Amino acid sequence: MEIFDLTIHELHEKLKAKEVSSVEATRAMLDRIEAVDSQVNAYITVTPEQALVQAEDADRRIAAGEIAPLTGIPVGLKDIFVTKGIRTTCGSRILENFVPPYDGTAVARLKEQGAVIVGKLNQDEFAMGSSNESSYFGPCKNPWDLSCTPGGSSGGSAAAIAARTATATLGTDTGGSIRQPASHCGCVGLKPTYGRVSRYGVIAYASSLDQVGPLTRDVTDSALLLGAVAGYDPRDSTSVNTPVPDYLASLAKGVKGMKIGLPKQYFIEGLDPDVKRAMDEAIALYQSLGADIREVSLPNTEYAVATYYIIATAEASANLARYDGVRFGHRAEDARGLAQMYSKSRAEGFGPEVKRRIMLGTYALSSGYYDAYYVKAQKVRTLIQQDFLNAFKEVDVLLTPIAPTPAFKIAEKLEDPLQMYLSDIFTIPVNLAGTCGISVPAGFSAAGLPIGLQLVGKPFGEQEILTAAYSFERETKWHLKKAPL
Amino acid sequence: MKYQVVIGLEVHTQLTTNTKIFCGCSTRFGAEPNSQTCPVCLGLPGALPVLNRQVVEYAIRAGLATNCSITKRNVFARKNYFYPDLPKGYQISQFDLPICQHGHLDIEVEGEKKRIGITRIHMEEDAGKLVHADIPGVDDSCVDLNRACTPLLEIVSEPDMRSPDEAIAYLKKLHQIVMYLGICDGNLEEGSFRCDANVSLMPVGSTVFGTRAELKNINSFKFIKQAIEYEIERQAEILDDGGKVVQETRLFDPNTGTTRSMRGKEEAHDYRYFPDPDLVPVIISDDWIEKVRGGLPELPETKRARFMSELGLSEYDAEVLVASRELAQYFEDTVALFPQAKTVSNWVMGEVTRALNDDNNRSIAQCPVTPALLADLLKLMEKGTISGKIAKTVFDEMYKTGKTPEKIVEEKGLVQVSDTGAIEAMVDEVLEKNAGQVAEYRGGKETLFGFFVGQVMRASKGKANPAVVNELLLKKLQG
Amino acid sequence: MKITREQVEHVARLARLELSEAELDTFTGQMDSILSYVEKLNALDTEGIVPTSHAVPMENAFRADEATGSIGVEAALANAPLRAESFFRVPKVIE
Repeated sequence: MEIFDLTIHELHEKLKAKEVSSVEATRAMLDRIEAVDSQVNAYITVTPEQALVQAEDADRRIAAGEIAPLTGIPVGLKDIFVTKGIRTTCGSRILENFVPPYDGTAVARLKEQGAVIVGKLNQDEFAMGSSNESSYFGPCKNPWDLSCTPGGSSGGSAAAIAARTATATLGTDTGGSIRQPASHCGCVGLKPTYGRVSRYGVIAYASSLDQVGPLTRDVTDSALLLGAVAGYDPRDSTSVNTPVPDYLASLAKGVKGMKIGLPKQYFIEGLDPDVKRAMDEAIALYQSLGADIREVSLPNTEYAVATYYIIATAEASANLARYDGVRFGHRAEDARGLAQMYSKSRAEGFGPEVKRRIMLGTYALSSGYYDAYYVKAQKVRTLIQQDFLNAFKEVDVLLTPIAPTPAFKIAEKLEDPLQMYLSDIFTIPVNLAGTCGISVPAGFSAAGLPIGLQLVGKPFGEQEILTAAYSFERETKWHLKKAPL
Repeated sequence: MKYQVVIGLEVHTQLTTNTKIFCGCSTRFGAEPNSQTCPVCLGLPGALPVLNRQVVEYAIRAGLATNCSITKRNVFARKNYFYPDLPKGYQISQFDLPICQHGHLDIEVEGEKKRIGITRIHMEEDAGKLVHADIPGVDDSCVDLNRACTPLLEIVSEPDMRSPDEAIAYLKKLHQIVMYLGICDGNLEEGSFRCDANVSLMPVGSTVFGTRAELKNINSFKFIKQAIEYEIERQAEILDDGGKVVQETRLFDPNTGTTRSMRGKEEAHDYRYFPDPDLVPVIISDDWIEKVRGGLPELPETKRARFMSELGLSEYDAEVLVASRELAQYFEDTVALFPQAKTVSNWVMGEVTRALNDDNNRSIAQCPVTPALLADLLKLMEKGTISGKIAKTVFDEMYKTGKTPEKIVEEKGLVQVSDTGAIEAMVDEVLEKNAGQVAEYRGGKETLFGFFVGQVMRASKGKANPAVVNELLLKKLQG
Repeated sequence: MKITREQVEHVARLARLELSEAELDTFTGQMDSILSYVEKLNALDTEGIVPTSHAVPMENAFRADEATGSIGVEAALANAPLRAESFFRVPKVIE
């Protein structure tokens, strides 16, 4: 077992026992990045100098007996997190040289605990994508099969866990961007309830859907890292002021008597046979553990993708208007006049997927179409949310696949955006309903690619899904398998 | 004139909060460019707005003072357009659910009262400033974001005004109210109170409005009149020639007193309003509204009526004294110490106002002669310690030095002489020196009486009690 | 056709994106297919349904009117593509 293979809680024990120092752990992680990241491309920016300074600081804290669960742990951040003094690109050319003057809230909370930030992770440009292929800094590869995508948009955050180039990472999830890459890379990825983690200092894609969450090697780490970043933040008006429970305390409660719902619309024809088999095995396992399995209905599921692509792109079209080349970011060199400065800077700075979504969102909000598209989508969103609330009257947790197939090949879906969008069918509804979901490793395809299982909880029901996920992980041990890298 | 002008006004008032509407930066005017900025008002990636509660409070005040109904559930919307002074590429404003609706103000023009409807009042953030800085070698435009994200109330009237004078009366009234409410400093030059005017013409007798032009950049009461008058002329000419007025935005140029089209710059705008997902609804409870209502100051209209009914002031005096909250306060504070409203009113409108005007239009709040000092002075006059004439001299000295009237009277020996013996001596001397005039007077030229009074007062250096002087002169001249 | 090339051009102008002829063609086709897919929402009767902007109900998030400080001119301008003294600098704007 190498230092870079360890989970947060394992490394924490070693740091606490002074078997290893944070500087050693950080060096090991930086060496590992140096050794394998050229194959994976999980990192956009590696920050060895700052990391080692933070590690030394962590070691001082540990020596002084002030160790917190994350003190001295090398973590990576999706490059969507604004970091003071560290370039933050959001995977885009338009922010290629942007060095923020401030830290976002989640980052500040990690730093307060003494976590060591080793670098900024690859992602789809502005989190728009499901394969990490829209990154200006090149696609990230799936450590289980380098010809496959790691999923997206938090592809780098998931790949770094699988490649063991970070002990844990943070990602963001707008339509599945934590859970889907976690599933494709065989790690644990949790999207909390909307409002649970502050969005302050997280570059916005779709403000009413974006949410920060952990990607980790196991469920315990997920609970730990969520606990560290969750909680009310007065700087985010949409952050919810309810206490953060001790997610670790309830992990081992077991699933006996837990009511687990299977939404019938999610178990459809066209599900990849390997995925189907993994789901069947998971259901059987939960049954054997004493869970009460029932079928439930989420009748408006088929409308989720359409709803999502209107709401998310509309919000994005406004969120991305600030990239105008005035105060920061790329400005076209040869622009003549103000109008050209805008349209050329933005044309050069944004990639095709971002442009496509800005166009779609602008159209959906434009005069004469607003009611037909945007208002309609918001109403359907109400129906989708009601579906979930109704289901949760009958069950505690929902069990579904994360994606219809395991990781797909690089470039496989690039030509057909709609097909790419449709692959998010099982994750998008959770964002629209604003509730929480977790992806847990649930086996492998015949080709050796990881398959994830999704557990969806009630709003602020993170404890239940973590408990259910932990029970599953303890029985299956899928999470212990390592990518061949 | 065969056309009737129809005017509606949109006023932007900058609120006097300490900090901006969505971030904790200061709103102070005149700081170094871009020194009052942060990730939020710079529109940096990842930054989020959080609403300043005071802005809501101020908006409710404005709504209650203008007879509006207050909207219970408020939503902020994004108004999307690109401009270098607009950091986020959208302005956070309110669209279909403004905080105040359906209000009115009563104005009076040449003795005629009229009610002007207020369509809506909404909260929004201001943009920054685009300036052409005087920097050698820089011909570009420059952006200063200190003003970006400062709180504004946009107050939109109904198209109820029918003359430039009505527009000015409405604006002055609104200006007075926001100043009374303490929500706006009312400074027109610094842009704290800005006005856009929608102006159209229709044939006299018609009820169908013509096509309107929106006039922008009007920053004084004088200019609003100029701008509207010019616009009436311009539109009338077009209509006379059988042409059609184009609906457009026109910029007022204070140098020429004309307006010009901004069409070139305004390409097809489609603001794509939608609810801002970074902000949550503002729910205003009845309790909150009542609390704000309870804290409202007495408004000028009520105050004026009270000054007339309780203090017996004339309508004119009352109107002048309520012009600003500070002036009315000064008056009332003085009356509290010297309860002769008429005298106080004469002094405040006379000496006090004159002294302030001569002193670079200093504000009443900074008047060196405080209400307490003024009351002391008036008491000295009432007791007969000094004459009214001397009182004015003493006032000037008080204004210059800030000393108490007693001290000035004492230092300068200005105590009024009422001692009959001393005055009689002066009277005798004057009559003796002016024997010729005395003869004329006695011969019937009674208009000379004033001349004798003046001579005696001069001899006493103004200190003689005028009543005593009059009495003695009359007696001696007749005797 | 859900969207024409002319509409796509108009939207690109609104969004301040300079698109090449080839991009306009591609986007017209792709947006058309996505909007056709979105058509399926019309199958749902949403009469009387209240639109949802946030899934979790929230209201009245305020801050007190207290200064929290600015970041300073240099930090504000540090990422500016072009500046002049303490200003951000942009191509001349003619009003």
